[in-house]
Amino acid sequence: MSTPNSSVSDQFPAGLRVLVVDDDPTCLRILDKMLRNCLYEVTKCNRAEVALTLLRENRNGYDVVISDVHMPDMDGFKLLEQVGLLMDLPVIMMSADDSQNIVMKGVTHGACDYLIKPVRMEALKNIWQHVVRKKKKEWKDTKDVEQSGSVEDGDRQLKASEDVDYSSSANEGNWKSSKKRKDEDDDPDERDDTSTLKKPRVVWSVELHQQFVAAVNQLGIDKAVPKKILELMNVPGLTRENVASHLQKYRLYLRRLSGVSQHQGGLNNSFMGLSDTAFESMASLNGLDLQALAASGQLPSQSLATLQAAALGRSMNKSAISMPVLEQRNIFSFEAPPKIRLGEGTQQLSNNSKQISLLHGIPTNMEPKQLANMRCGQPFANMNVGSQVTQSSSHLMQMNQPQGRGQLLSDTNGSQVPKMHPSMIQNLSPNAISGGFLNPKGLDRSAVHNPFSHASSLVDFTMNQNTELPGNGFPLISNSRMSTLALKGMQQQEINSELKGSRGFVPGNDLFNEPHHQNPDDWGKNGISMFDVSQHYALHKTMGGSHAGLAQQCFSSNHKSGQHPDAPNNKLVFPAGEGGQNNTSNMGHLNQFLAENTMRIKAERLPDSGCQDNLFSEQFGQEDLMSALLKQQHDDTGPVDNDFGFDGYP
Amino acid sequence: MDRNQMNRQLANMRKALFDQGYLDEQFVQLEELQDDANPNFVEEVVTLFYRDSARLIQTMDQTLERNPLDFAKLDNNMHQFTGSCSSIGAKKVKHECSQFREYCRQRNGEGCRRTFQQMKKEYAILKKKLEVYFQYVRQVALLK
Repeated sequence: MSTPNSSVSDQFPAGLRVLVVDDDPTCLRILDKMLRNCLYEVTKCNRAEVALTLLRENRNGYDVVISDVHMPDMDGFKLLEQVGLLMDLPVIMMSADDSQNIVMKGVTHGACDYLIKPVRMEALKNIWQHVVRKKKKEWKDTKDVEQSGSVEDGDRQLKASEDVDYSSSANEGNWKSSKKRKDEDDDPDERDDTSTLKKPRVVWSVELHQQFVAAVNQLGIDKAVPKKILELMNVPGLTRENVASHLQKYRLYLRRLSGVSQHQGGLNNSFMGLSDTAFESMASLNGLDLQALAASGQLPSQSLATLQAAALGRSMNKSAISMPVLEQRNIFSFEAPPKIRLGEGTQQLSNNSKQISLLHGIPTNMEPKQLANMRCGQPFANMNVGSQVTQSSSHLMQMNQPQGRGQLLSDTNGSQVPKMHPSMIQNLSPNAISGGFLNPKGLDRSAVHNPFSHASSLVDFTMNQNTELPGNGFPLISNSRMSTLALKGMQQQEINSELKGSRGFVPGNDLFNEPHHQNPDDWGKNGISMFDVSQHYALHKTMGGSHAGLAQQCFSSNHKSGQHPDAPNNKLVFPAGEGGQNNTSNMGHLNQFLAENTMRIKAERLPDSGCQDNLFSEQFGQEDLMSALLKQQHDDTGPVDNDFGFDGYP
Repeated sequence: MDRNQMNRQLANMRKALFDQGYLDEQFVQLEELQDDANPNFVEEVVTLFYRDSARLIQTMDQTLERNPLDFAKLDNNMHQFTGSCSSIGAKKVKHECSQFREYCRQRNGEGCRRTFQQMKKEYAILKKKLEVYFQYVRQVALLK
């Protein structure tokens, strides 16, 4: 028996409890033998339904499930889904079919691994790693859970400050979501009193679950509440509580999936209804391994860096963006070794410079691709990538164009929020500009809500906000007020959603990276779901986060409907994006922006905003920025403010 | 024939199975799995394979008689069969399976039928060869 704690012991992989499901007796026999030779404890069954029954009857009896994809009684993916709902067991799919789409299907459905038949001994020797990964995650989770309460409530906020102290807090979100599962596998003592086990006595058969899913889909994941689902399902005997708990599991399941699916292409599903999207996405960045490792804190910074490096630039961006503040911080520390990244960084640098030049020469609309690059280049977005940030910022810095900025600022002031503090306005305007700037293809800003622009604007905003806070030394409250003012016309609710909006980036980024996969509609959905999610987040972030969120909100709301006339930001953003000429000026803004951000980083030490300009006007060497950033991080541990700043970056 | 000779001959038989492309390294995997706990593991698995796949082949035979051909079903069946073949390292049979599935994808009924016959032939040849081989293995084992 392997308990989480003993799992790390010397004899660990031995005794791993494996459930093998394959309708092919030959394969089953061979797998059985192979697994036994690995000293695993094997339970084999030839039907998926039987496997499910086994799992239901003994939830804690297995550490990992290996299942064939093609089975007559139940599609392996269905089994996978069911297992995912029942518990958080690692499931390994296998099939003689090595076509990419089917492998992908397995992974997007939550399989932790996919083995091509014939399965080889070497592959099975390593399956324990999936268990360890999960355990680590859950262990971490446990820790967090103790303090935080349920995932669904707002307790997470309280944890925000505490999370900072966790070295591996980056993963906390993910783990957290699995806290309920953790009892099952983790603590032998608690094995029998898992909450999930006790509450729902309803057996969620495949059919019942399909009905459930249909109802949820009909309602939309973000609007699906147990009562409505129950009404739609119209199953006698089913109670609201049954549905509620299943819904919770389903959300957890989706969230878990998102870790994987985002990695692959930003499936909409993953975003929907996930409260911890940001966390997930981070995880997705490097794949499961990264998560687990990071969580355990065992991952050396080097390796992490390497992993990230391995990921494409875009994935990096993605991850960076999606990461919550707190998490970023962690990541950051991991990344600390800048050298590792240098190679990549350089590359990106070149990209950035290229882009910049394009902007200079051709102020017209940017191509999506360019935008994407830009996005990458945006330092804010990529807190994770220290080198990236630096470089991009330096480039941007060069571009500095005071004029454009002035305009923007003036616009802002005059039109929308007269009450805003000038400094505040400044910050906002740069952000707005950058948003517009990013707006790809110069699509019209108002009606067409381009996912890209969305993403970019969101990112920018966050950034700005952060900047504002440290740079100006404004009290958080004042900032919040600002945002509120800006939002003026908006309803309180919207503001809240804005807070969540910060989360919104995640999807936005993904969109950015892989525009083809998602369409505007999806985007909208995502955005919504994100909002839900972000709640917790915002709370966590505290004031800084919320500010950012608010700012974003304005934008996001604009994007969504364009119905809010008041949103001052709107105007700024769109016009900026429109005019090709503006781009340059935008760049300037961006630069400023960057500068401010950097400043912000330093702000802790140098509260003087005046310094910013000077500093930024000079070109910063990557190293400088890096070191500054890194320093900050190192110093961060204590002050919450720092964290906020970081939040802005994503 | 003394023991050494028999061993040598057994080794030659085995080698021929690989050299002639009947088996691949997955078969070696099975051999490596054989231990004191399952001294006849390879034979056991091969027997299991032939017993189980006979049913599947029969099903496919029937499916192939019908018109129009249910390519989806054929492909599905053949997929499962491919999994089994590959698991025991039946290289030639597996190759025919792949070919068959390719024809399924092309919805080439003629190709499917032809390949299926070829597959059955390889399947039978391998069965015979392995039977002889295992018989010899047992004999050698008795000498020891």
